[in-house]
Amino acid sequence: MILETVLVSAPDWAVRHAAVLIVVVPMLLAPLLALSPSNRLAWVLTIAGTAAAFWFSLILLAIIQEVPGSAISYALGNWPPPIGIEFRIDALNAMILVLITGMGMLASIFAWPTLAAEFRGERLNLFLCAFLLCFAGLAGVAATGDAFNLFVFLEVSSLATYVLVAMGAGKDRRALPAAFDYLIMGTLGASFYVIGVGLIYAATGTLNMADIAAQLPALSGNRSVQAGLAFIIVGLGLKAAMWPLHQWLPNAYAFAPGFVAMFLSATATKVALYALIRWLFTIFQPELAFEAALLKWVLAPLAMAAMLICSVQAIFQSDVRRMLAYSSVAQVGYILLGISVGTAAGVSAGLLHLFNHSLMKGALFMAVAGICLAYQARTIRDFAGLGRSAPFTMAAFGIAGLSLIGVPLTAGFISKMQLGYALLDQGWWWAVAVLVFASFLAVFYIGRILQAVFFEPPLNPRKNNKEAPLLLLIPLWILALANIFYGIDASFPAGLAADGAAAALALGAPQ
Amino acid sequence: MTPQLLIAAALCLPLLVAVGVALFGKVPTLREGVTIAGAVALFAVVIQLTLLVAGGARPELYIGETVPGLAIAFKLEPLGALFAVVASGLWIVNSFYSIGYMRGNRERNQTRFYICFALALCGAMGVAMAGNLFTLFIFYEVLTLSTYPLVAHRGDAAAQRGARIYLLTLLGTSIGFFLMAIIWTWVVAGQRLDFIEGGLLADAGLSPFVSSALLVLFVFGVGKAALMPFHFWLPSAMVAPTPVSALLHAVAVVKAGVFTIMKISVYVFGVDLLQATPARDVLLGVAGFTIIAASLIALTQDNLKSRLAYSTIAQLAYVTLGALLAVEAGALGGSLQIAAHAAAKITLFMCAGAIYVATGLTTVSSMQGLGRKMPLVFTAFFIASLSIIGLPPFGGMWPKYELLQGAADIGNGWIPAVLILSALLNIAYLLPVAILALMPLPGTPPAKEFKRPGGAPALTVAAPLFTAALCVVLFFAAGPIGDFLRPAFAAGSAPGLEEFR
Repeated sequence: MILETVLVSAPDWAVRHAAVLIVVVPMLLAPLLALSPSNRLAWVLTIAGTAAAFWFSLILLAIIQEVPGSAISYALGNWPPPIGIEFRIDALNAMILVLITGMGMLASIFAWPTLAAEFRGERLNLFLCAFLLCFAGLAGVAATGDAFNLFVFLEVSSLATYVLVAMGAGKDRRALPAAFDYLIMGTLGASFYVIGVGLIYAATGTLNMADIAAQLPALSGNRSVQAGLAFIIVGLGLKAAMWPLHQWLPNAYAFAPGFVAMFLSATATKVALYALIRWLFTIFQPELAFEAALLKWVLAPLAMAAMLICSVQAIFQSDVRRMLAYSSVAQVGYILLGISVGTAAGVSAGLLHLFNHSLMKGALFMAVAGICLAYQARTIRDFAGLGRSAPFTMAAFGIAGLSLIGVPLTAGFISKMQLGYALLDQGWWWAVAVLVFASFLAVFYIGRILQAVFFEPPLNPRKNNKEAPLLLLIPLWILALANIFYGIDASFPAGLAADGAAAALALGAPQ
Repeated sequence: MTPQLLIAAALCLPLLVAVGVALFGKVPTLREGVTIAGAVALFAVVIQLTLLVAGGARPELYIGETVPGLAIAFKLEPLGALFAVVASGLWIVNSFYSIGYMRGNRERNQTRFYICFALALCGAMGVAMAGNLFTLFIFYEVLTLSTYPLVAHRGDAAAQRGARIYLLTLLGTSIGFFLMAIIWTWVVAGQRLDFIEGGLLADAGLSPFVSSALLVLFVFGVGKAALMPFHFWLPSAMVAPTPVSALLHAVAVVKAGVFTIMKISVYVFGVDLLQATPARDVLLGVAGFTIIAASLIALTQDNLKSRLAYSTIAQLAYVTLGALLAVEAGALGGSLQIAAHAAAKITLFMCAGAIYVATGLTTVSSMQGLGRKMPLVFTAFFIASLSIIGLPPFGGMWPKYELLQGAADIGNGWIPAVLILSALLNIAYLLPVAILALMPLPGTPPAKEFKRPGGAPALTVAAPLFTAALCVVLFFAAGPIGDFLRPAFAAGSAPGLEEFR
């Protein structure tokens, strides 16, 4: 309904060029922000840029949904693929684009109050410029249909991310080593990715994803192709914080400015996971013997290790943001577990959890950012009694926390249920046991903080009760209510995920 | 009102009460008035629904699907109606009792107490009326989460530890086993979770291994049924104020657990599949063991509330036993036990609370001779004890009779022995409490003076007397209740049972 209205009301140029404008608009706005004379103007422009990108993503989704199984191919500079760079949008990356642009828009709304408080008097326009570059890079990764171009956009977003994380140094110097770690690990990941692409280019002679996919069946025994895929998985795995390549993530999320942590947790790993799905299912095919073994014997065990080990690690964190960060690695495990099943149901469950995790982790980090702002609270002990001091902020936090556990009637329950179904459908009942046990571990780490927030008295009686600023509360409650709404009527995200999985596995796509 | 509206009202009234209590939190009289009015209205609605069910109707309310196959839907059948009547009816009595207890004890955070109580009742109504396993699971968890603040009410270290054990055991079993069993059922039943007369899984063609695994997951996953070894949350929950122990941990929460098991055995497995499931015999053994072991532990407890808690564990296993017998008499006995034990155990707990408010005493050994000062309370305690033991003319007799009948129907030899031994143990751990209080041994020092001037508040004495009277009423009402319940078990029961009756 809403999507149709968006499409009908959109002007012709927007419909025709949405696939590329979604990247170009924020990317061109970014240098303008650097020149902006005022911080406030820069912030308004950031919202405008992300909102425009969100609008384009809705247009793209509307076009895709008009004809099920269709795809938009946009030839950059009118050079036809496979020679030129192609932007290719199908149901899979349309979903990812809607997710990251939507989360980016919500993040940019609450950027102002947190940044204004954390960086008093500094040049925020440069900060927002880096944010918009990161945003454009992530959108580019999701939109492009070219394997090497994906690397370029990955680097654009990563370089901007290192800057954003390092900006946390104003409050806590530990942000600098965190950003440096991330820089090293991220660069390693990018190098691995580009090596993998190089190997595959050597075997196929093309960089266009669709073209590679067409040539691969003839090369199924080719060692350089297999090595290429291995390099790509490690490279993207580093970016996606796949266990045990996740070491950069906890510190980066814990010491980055609150708004950056929220944006990254909701989008950055998700985009890398998207790229992984693209490579595993659209470009390569699970029917290839070595890939089936890879999914079952490498990805699935790693995913389960993440779910168990990082959930346990999350239980023992005292810093709230580090706890949420470890939980993020565990949740990436859930998504990877769905992917590693390799069936349409599994990938669909993984995508749904990707979507839902974005909603809940976004809300959690947003609430924590607001609390950091109002009370300088970092550890669980600092959070004691906040349920009385900041009821609105913490109620939203509680809802998102319950969704993370997977309580019925929240979004998290639906995706875990779908995941359990996909696993049992393949007879992986031992994986269901792990899934269930990991959810139980989430009860511990979320329960610990909810207990402190709602049932324990504050350490030092607070003199004045403050809520998070209104500009933060509005996007926060949008996310919290989305967690409940999509737990009651999951038809929208479940439909997106099912279409996305079908597109990824190229089921029913026009040849 | 249409049946749909009635079901919606039954679910929403407790929520409205919660909102009303929150609004009038500053005015105690108004706040408690809202609770009482809401409880009475809820009972009226439930009675209306029950009359519909008695007339053969099965009121339904369909809300919608989250994803295909996972619907939120309600459907009331005789078992659920019985549970709803018990829970909502005793809520009225317990609300009066709560007023006396909470005021007499000068408890803090009373507004939160009444809000959570109302939310818990919403959970119980949802469990009673759920039309499929998914809906049941949702309200099962509502019940768990809403009672957590009640257990932790006192807020000190002991209460927090008890509450944490309570929450983690119930959530752990429900997520770890119950949810897994639900997902598994969803897969093998073809993406359906509805309660179907004759059994959802009856025609699924399950192998004995799968049906055994499912049954074990279900029976242990419903941690609220307190089957050993997942029983320890119930004694931990006794740190809660006594009205909570009385209504929730003798009636609403634990009965939601055994009711769920009953419902699963009748509507998910069905009689035939359950009888063909090998794990059933093992689980019958576990239930029998729980009955005896919990009774023996109860014998050793000096704290009155924990003695009652272990007694509850044993009595709950009766219902599980009845459900697992998978014959009509067994199911009937289990269902009657839900009602009979509710009336008797709430009486015992309310007496314990009245004693605590008046004197501050919690141990059995310190209550000797106290009956002279509180004759009414200990009379109620005595009557309820007799009902638990299963003597006529009290309601507790019929469930045991039906269970013996059920055991005979499947030709089981050891269950009658367990039931008889359990009755003897009940006598040993319950009767001395009342008898020694009313008729102390010569040489017992006179009982302590009342801590609270004037003794127990009138409301805390009247409420247990009323429920003790209910125990007698239930003895005579067993026939009509049985007729009301029988249609639930008739469909799909093994042939030949009808003529046996």
